[in-house]
Amino acid sequence: MTLAPNISLGKEEGLKTEEFVVNIGPQHPSTHGLLRLVATLDGEIIKEVVPHIGYLHRSTEKIAENRYYHSFVPYTDRTDYISAMLMNWGYVMAVEKVAGICNPMRAEVIRVLIGELNRLASHLLFYGTFGMDVGAFTPFLWAFRERENILRLFESLCGQRLTYNYYRIGGVSHDLPKDWVGNLQKWLAHFKQVYKELYDILTYNVIFLRRTKGVGILSKEQAIAWGCTGPVLRASGVDWDLRRDETYSVYKELKFEVPVGENGDVWDRYWVRMQEMLQSISLVEQCLAKLKELDDKLPRLQRGSAEWKENAMFVIRTQSVLQVEPGEAYVRIEAARGELGYYLVSKGGAKPWKLKIRSGAFCNLSVLPEITRGKLIADLIAILASLDIVLGEIDR
Amino acid sequence: MTQEELQSYILQKYPGFKLEPLAHDLTFLVPAEQYIPFCTFLKEDPSMAFQNVMSLTATDYLDYMQVVVHINSYSQKHRIAIKVTLDRENPKISTITHLWPGANWHERETYDLYGVLFDKHPDLRRILLADDWEGYPMRKGYTHWNLTPMPDDVTEVMKDYPTVPNPLG
Amino acid sequence: MEKLPIYTQKIPGGGVLLTATDKLMNWSRKSSIWYMLFGLACCAIEMMATGASDYDLDRMGLIFRGSPRQSDLMIIAGTVTLKMAPRIQTLYEQMPEPRYVVAMGNCACNGGPYRYDSYSTLMGVDKAIPVDVYITGCPPRPEALMNGIIELQKRIDRMSLKDKMAIRV
Repeated sequence: MTLAPNISLGKEEGLKTEEFVVNIGPQHPSTHGLLRLVATLDGEIIKEVVPHIGYLHRSTEKIAENRYYHSFVPYTDRTDYISAMLMNWGYVMAVEKVAGICNPMRAEVIRVLIGELNRLASHLLFYGTFGMDVGAFTPFLWAFRERENILRLFESLCGQRLTYNYYRIGGVSHDLPKDWVGNLQKWLAHFKQVYKELYDILTYNVIFLRRTKGVGILSKEQAIAWGCTGPVLRASGVDWDLRRDETYSVYKELKFEVPVGENGDVWDRYWVRMQEMLQSISLVEQCLAKLKELDDKLPRLQRGSAEWKENAMFVIRTQSVLQVEPGEAYVRIEAARGELGYYLVSKGGAKPWKLKIRSGAFCNLSVLPEITRGKLIADLIAILASLDIVLGEIDR
Repeated sequence: MTQEELQSYILQKYPGFKLEPLAHDLTFLVPAEQYIPFCTFLKEDPSMAFQNVMSLTATDYLDYMQVVVHINSYSQKHRIAIKVTLDRENPKISTITHLWPGANWHERETYDLYGVLFDKHPDLRRILLADDWEGYPMRKGYTHWNLTPMPDDVTEVMKDYPTVPNPLG
Repeated sequence: MEKLPIYTQKIPGGGVLLTATDKLMNWSRKSSIWYMLFGLACCAIEMMATGASDYDLDRMGLIFRGSPRQSDLMIIAGTVTLKMAPRIQTLYEQMPEPRYVVAMGNCACNGGPYRYDSYSTLMGVDKAIPVDVYITGCPPRPEALMNGIIELQKRIDRMSLKDKMAIRV
């Protein structure tokens, strides 16, 4: 005799099921910023997810039309606030291309060094928040502990922990302080040990694999057609990295590898970012060696000599109110979240006529409805976390 | 293909197209009625093979408006930019989402901020601003209580700086 | 609890009982403020960094909760836009009393860097909800956020049972 009543769930029996609309956000602990997802569910299976953005639209592009060229650099920090140096870099490269300014070699090497260090900090934050979204809290604390060391280095360099305003049109704002290189090398030696711990705790963990392997597969054709770039594209199997394929700055003289994933699932996107952290460490060390080489080759300028005066005039020319001749350019760099493009139109004068910021996260997010159709709602959070979006960059 | 080869190949097929003189990249000025045939050619021709839209936006020059599209190809490793001139009072252009789905959100943003209408777009509605917002803020004549123009004439500002030589001379 | 001041005022020596109860309630409230995770923009990263290792907010009793119905404090960290302001009001109304609001960062205090030439920003969150403590900085350092929380704790110390919940001194 069984006590359980005889229930069979099925539509044939006349049990009615309805689709249920769930509103996730804009305030939700696991959306990376103010993103609202309206999910139509059938049980636990997603029928359709519609992302609504724009809750952080701060009209940065309109502000650009009313600021002098050097005054706009702090606003670029606040678009993607997690890797702010790379945002600065794209903007000053765009202005330099339209104005026709060439930078000193040492400034370029410092730009690459700081940019790669910031990419490392951004991927560390991805690691922490991704672990927290999937359910593990320890990676979050460990990642932030390591990130604090990088932020301390940046603070001794330019005075700010998060929105740096460090890059300038024509170079960078401060040279490296006296003991900075020594501190960086000490931290790098320590971080290589910690990286092993961070990698081991999560990557091949059984629960993590069950949560992420085979989930949210983005095929190669879909990734290319929807305009995804950065680690999302590389995890789907496309071997494309702007630093190597459309090289800019000093990257043609540096050796690094580009990690490419196989399946395009959530685990691959995580794995590509972890490998990029190792490549960033190697690039930072190569830049330090290059700086040493430059220090030995190029002597310090004598105050008052002809080269010193030329240098001083360059600084005064580019750091005062810069008048740029008419022209337009689209400059792209490989930022932490994908291809970052700045389309600058100048009609002459001291202010831009138009500036458009093409952010990688905007295009990466537009593919979300495609890859979540027919999946479970618990997978939605993991997929969203793996796309690594920052709403400041999407909404500008 | 290098930029020169690309330029000569396209000008061979479409000899009437002009290049944008002020641009630092390869930019073609395309008449509005040839926009879709040109884009289809760029996608389907095997030596062109443009695979996705990187960025689609509009610029408001005070007499006219231009839609700027940047597209690229991973297999052939080249890029191109297309500009289409539109009437500023009634800017209408056809959509390219049937060719490259990535243009969907870019076109929505351009509609939201500039008011450019895209024919046959699957879902043209505001994306960044609230749904009941009136007006198109990025246009040059948009009036708002908070938009105060800074003086464009820098001669007053330059009085505080030491005499600098002409930066471009 | 609401009736306690009425009865204690009547009996001789009742004032002492009221003050002692006040002290106990204030001490328990300020030592375990649970805040709602409401990071909007860049200041959210600094709030997360303050809550994580190196600057730990948990040693002051602050734990983040996901839902407004289980939290005492809302730290508005980041820029408030016009599209988001009605949602912030809804969230504030969902919090149970006594509830506190801390405006963190320049954008939440008065609009910050987006005060001029922005058509879609709310110039300071105190135009939508009442604010207890303003913490300036762009973004404020973790130590500044902790100082702001300590100021809030001093403010909680001055609360009393005989006042209504919404009155702050």
